[in-house]
Formats: sequence, structure tokens, C-alpha cells
Amino acid sequence: MAETKTYREALREGMVHEMDQDESVVLMGEDIGVYGGTHLITDGLIDEYGPKRVIDTPISEGGFTGAAIGMAMLGMKPVVEMMTWNFSFLASDQIIQNAAKVRYFSGGQVEVPLVIRGPNGGGVQLSAQHTHSLENLYGHFPGLKVVSPVTPNDVKGMMITAIRDPNPVIFLEAGALYGTKGEVEEGDNAVEFGKARVAREGSDVTLIAYGRQVNLCLRAANTLEEEDGVQAEVIDLRSIRPFDEDTLVRSVEKTHRAVTVQEQWRWFGVASEVAAIIQEKAFDSLDAPVQRVSGAEVPAPYARNLELEAFPSEKQVTNAARRALYIEEK
Amino acid sequence: MSAEKEHSEHGGAVATSSERLVDLYKKMVEIRAFEEACQKGFRQGKIGGYLHVYIGQEAVATGFIDSFKEGDKVITAYRDHAHALLLGTDPKEVMAELYGKGTGMVKGKGGSMHLFDVERGLMGGYGIVGGHIPLGVGFAYAMRYQGTDHITQLYLGDGAISNGAFHEAANLAGLWGKDGMCPCLFIIENNQYGMGTSVERTTAMTDLAAKFDAYGIENEKVDGMDIEAVLESAGRLTEQVRETGKPYAIEVLTYRTAPHGAADFFEKYREKEEIEEWRKRDPIGLLEQKLLDNDAADEEKIDEIRSEAKELIAEAVKFADESEEPEIDELYTDVYAGADEYTGEE
Ligand SMILES: Cc1ncc(C[n+]2csc(CCOP(=O)(O)OP(=O)(O)O)c2C)c(N)n1
Ligand SMILES: [Mg+2]
Repeated sequence: MAETKTYREALREGMVHEMDQDESVVLMGEDIGVYGGTHLITDGLIDEYGPKRVIDTPISEGGFTGAAIGMAMLGMKPVVEMMTWNFSFLASDQIIQNAAKVRYFSGGQVEVPLVIRGPNGGGVQLSAQHTHSLENLYGHFPGLKVVSPVTPNDVKGMMITAIRDPNPVIFLEAGALYGTKGEVEEGDNAVEFGKARVAREGSDVTLIAYGRQVNLCLRAANTLEEEDGVQAEVIDLRSIRPFDEDTLVRSVEKTHRAVTVQEQWRWFGVASEVAAIIQEKAFDSLDAPVQRVSGAEVPAPYARNLELEAFPSEKQVTNAARRALYIEEK
Repeated sequence: MSAEKEHSEHGGAVATSSERLVDLYKKMVEIRAFEEACQKGFRQGKIGGYLHVYIGQEAVATGFIDSFKEGDKVITAYRDHAHALLLGTDPKEVMAELYGKGTGMVKGKGGSMHLFDVERGLMGGYGIVGGHIPLGVGFAYAMRYQGTDHITQLYLGDGAISNGAFHEAANLAGLWGKDGMCPCLFIIENNQYGMGTSVERTTAMTDLAAKFDAYGIENEKVDGMDIEAVLESAGRLTEQVRETGKPYAIEVLTYRTAPHGAADFFEKYREKEEIEEWRKRDPIGLLEQKLLDNDAADEEKIDEIRSEAKELIAEAVKFADESEEPEIDELYTDVYAGADEYTGEE
């Protein structure tokens, strides 16, 4: 059974599903209770589960994230909301220095079953301090898992998996897509981490993305079909760490060409990692250099025209694909 | 936008003259008109991103910036329009920034949350709660180090007090103040809420001024709806900080009658009656009544001030609307100092 739901509803359903199964699951964050959640993900849950399980916190990201790590070390399963991931820099010391490593430097004596979730990415004129895509930052640290679901079904299923995972999970939501709808399976639809999803099948070029950029790639794929008669395959990575090399390599072995798309800055980004993996694992299949499409190398600007220029566009993706196919750019 | 100040022979403030009060009233009315125009611009989709207005809090910045001396620095968070207007930035440039235009005060790069006018002493609006507080303390040290008698006016919200950066910076300020190296006036704009969380729900010790005791910083409170009370504190404290080089903290009790931001639709965290109660003490309304009661202004004068403010802001809106977007090349300027040819290609 599946029903059409918004990304927001599906996400909340994933959390509620686990809260109902497991008393040790609690929610924490700024304005998630009485206020209803800045993005209304947790609206009403404080009435249902009470303030001991839906914990409103002060504006103290370092403090409450650290406290959540402590709770997790004693067997609770906190799901911490970062109002937006931009504020996680204040908690990054706790996330990187404690959550990611304490299991290792305690010789395996503790676990940190923690989820930190919130909207990631930009595109709505929030300018420099409020526009970041942090998958590469957190993806860099062994000990963390990093996922970035884009469909309503995945956001629910991956939330269920994240809560059950005995490790700290960085759960990056497509903030701009909270209102978008899709089919969502009823009940337990846990989605395994480290499995990419083929979002569109094709034979001529592989477009690789995650999060909101998957939709950009799907649009680009349609344009390529209409304008160039090109069949693009679109791969939604879903999970940045662990990473699904097999699906990626299989696709490139079929298409021989790859374009990797990300919203973040090009330098030291996920797209670079993807390109490196392709040349390591599928070098002989490649008929063209792997193309990267990413955000402009500047802090995010406010003005609409500058912001549009700073973000990956459909045109950049189609042209990157054309370059990989040695056909004329438009 | 500058008012002559009066001081008694002993240096203390005397009852504020009518003329000065009328002038301050005018400034507050202009700020209110500006903010209402912003709300409208947001609804029309002309202003994007986040928008935080100052409605209800006008007397705070108006009162403190009245004691601003050339060379002083003002730093605040994202609720920063009033600070820019009071320091003398042309409303046209402020509005153009909000409209994302190249004629804006930071060329359309920052938007509502990031207003800067360094020449006039505005060292910025910042978007990460608490993140600007250490900077203001650094300004204070630098200004002493450089041998000036300038001070920092450091504005922060009640919500920011729970942030680690606040506590680290306050501790530094107290420490450096012992040597007269931290002329920083902390102005806590306690508007009762950080987004939807009231002060009682964010800290067990709700006396925000007294938090500074822990760091050896003297402190007090003032009624932020009464412009005359604010003026008195501002005049006295800015001079004290200037003279001693020691930080001081003042908790200003005020209220945000507007929603937190343009996307705060439901306001489930407070009762309508509470807003109405505070509206009775609206700083502009209170001052207006005082002006009328003391014959400092009549209805006609009040109307004139209001319509002049409307006109001023309407011109700003028109200017913003008609201005061009930034040149696309501006995307790559200002990333690195001393690197005008930066293109993003390393
Ligand atoms: C570090 C950080 N966490 C969360 C936010 C989101 N946020 C923006 S404003 C705000 C409330 C701040 O309240 P306060 O300091 O009282 O200032 P006010 O808005 O009342 O002027 C919050 C939580 C943020 N900008 N930065
Ligand atoms: Mg506040």
C-alpha cells in the first residue's frame, strides 16, 4: 500500500513510526515543540508525546547536540533538529570530535545512536551565512554516516533506518522540497543505507546527483531527450557515506559517460569524489572525461540574479552532458 | 537624522527638550514606516530571503544611537534596518539592498540580515545568533589599542544569551576591561522571545542583566518602551564606557509586536491579548501621547511628521524598485581582498 504524501509528512511519519516502537527515541531542537517547528516537521508532536520526548532547546547548538551525544552514549536515541544545517557549525565540534570518534577512541565501549537532521542547501535568497550544502564536510569524517534523501518515500524510509542505526547519522533534508509530493509506502519501509537509486534509466550518459539536484538532473534528462535525442540515466546517490560504488560503476560501464552534479562548491566536493571513483573503477569504460557541475566559488549572494548564477542550472547540466557526448553545447 | 543633546552642568542628562523629543519621534515614525514598507515588499515578492522587522523596539536603537559619537561602532544581529537608518544611511540604499539591487548598501550581496555602512560606523548585521558578539568585543579592544576613545555599541537578543559565543565573549570583555581595554556597551534587546521561545522557556535564570555579574561586568535594566528612560541610560553609559574602557551591560525591556520573521505565520507561542497589552505601551504611541500632553506637538504636527515619513519611505521604495539588479560580474567580486580578477577558477 502506498499513499501520496508530502516530503514533510513522510519525514514526520518516519520519526513517529520509530517513536511509537521505541521509547528511547526523543526529539530535540529549537522551537520544535510549542512553536511547532520552523518548518512544521514536528508540529503537534509535543501535545502527543509530551515535553520529555519533544524537547524545546535554547539557541545552544553546541550544548544540546553535545547533550544528545551523551544521551545516546547511555542508550537513548535522540533525533536532533538543526533548524537549518547552517547552524551546525556551532555544533560541529561536538559532532566531529565526540559523536564521530568516541566509539573508536573508547576502544568500542560505547555507541552513539544519534540522528541529526534538518534542511540543507540553499536557493531561496538566504545569502552567505544561511546557504550551505554540508554533505562533503560531514562526509569527510570516518565515524559519521551521511544521507541526503530526495523523494518522500526515501525520506521516510531513511529516517527509520537512521534512527535504528547504532551510529551518528547526518540526515540532510532537501529543505526546498518539504512541500513536494510523492508515493510513500505505509508502515515500515526502511531504506538501506549505501544503496543508490536509479531515478531514470538511460543508455547514453549517466547524470549523478543526490538531494535536490536529482530533480535538476531529471529535468535535464528530459531536455536532452527532447532536444538531442539523448537517453540520460539519472542516479540518485541517496547516501554519501556509506557510498554505493557498484550502481555507479555499472551505469558508467553501460553509458561510458558521466556528469556529476552538486550544489556545493566544486573544490573538495562530493562530485570530485564521484569522479575519482569512476576513473579508478571504470576507467576503461570511459569515452570522455567525467564532467563536474557545481555551485560558483563564492559565498552565496542575496540578489536573485546573482543567486541564480551561483547555483547549478539545468542548462549547465545539459551542456555538461553534451560535452561528455561531444555534441554541440546550447 | 541627528539631534542636539543637552547636558546639565554636572554632565548628567536633564529633562529632554521638546524639540529633541519631536526629532526622536520623527525618527521612530520613519523606522516604523520603513518596516511596514518592508513587510509589504515581502508580501509582494520584491524582498526575498529572511526579513526581520523592528516594530515595537524602535525606542531602543533610537535612544542608544542618539549617544553615538563619530568613530564609535555599532554591531548587531539580523534585525538591523533601524540601526542603519539611525546611523544615517539613506533609506533608499537600505531599501535597495532589501530589494536585491546593485544600488543597495552592500550591492545586493547581503540582503536584510547583512547591512553594513562601515563609514558611518555600522559594522554589520549578522545572521548566526550570537556569532557577532565576539566581533564587537574585538572592535572595543582594537579601538583602545589604536589609541582612540571610541566605543562599541553591541546589540544582542535575549535568545543569543544562551549561545556559547556570548559567554566566551562576555568573559573576555570582563577580563580585558580590568585593564581598561574593552569599551563595549552590551545592549541586550530583551523583546521577550527568541523566535517562539520565551525567556522563561530558554533559561532558568531570567535576569539577563545579572548574567553579566558572572563575568565581572556591571549591569542594569531600563524600560525600552520609554524613549526618555533609554536616552538617560544611553547618555550616561556610553560616556562611562568611553571614560573607563570597561564594558557595561544594559538589559532593555522591550517587545516585538511584529512576528519574528516574515515566515512566522501562526504565532502559536503567544496570546493575542499579550500583544495587545504590550501595544498599549508602544514606544511611538507613548511618546506621541507625551508630546501632545506637553504641548510639544499638536495633532497637526503629528500628522505632518507621519505623512513626511510615508513620503520619505515611498521614495525609498520607488528608488529600490526602479534600480537595476547587480551586474552579473559582481558575483565574483569581494571574495578575496586584493584579488579583483578572481573568477572562481583557482
Ligand atoms: C546559531 C543560530 N541558531 C538558530 C538560528 C535561527 N534563529 C534566527 S533568529 C532566532 C531567534 C533569536 O532570538 P533573539 O536573540 O532573542 O533575537 P530576536 O529575534 O528576538 O531579535 C533563531 C533561533 C540562527 N540564526 N542562528
Ligand atoms: Mg528576542
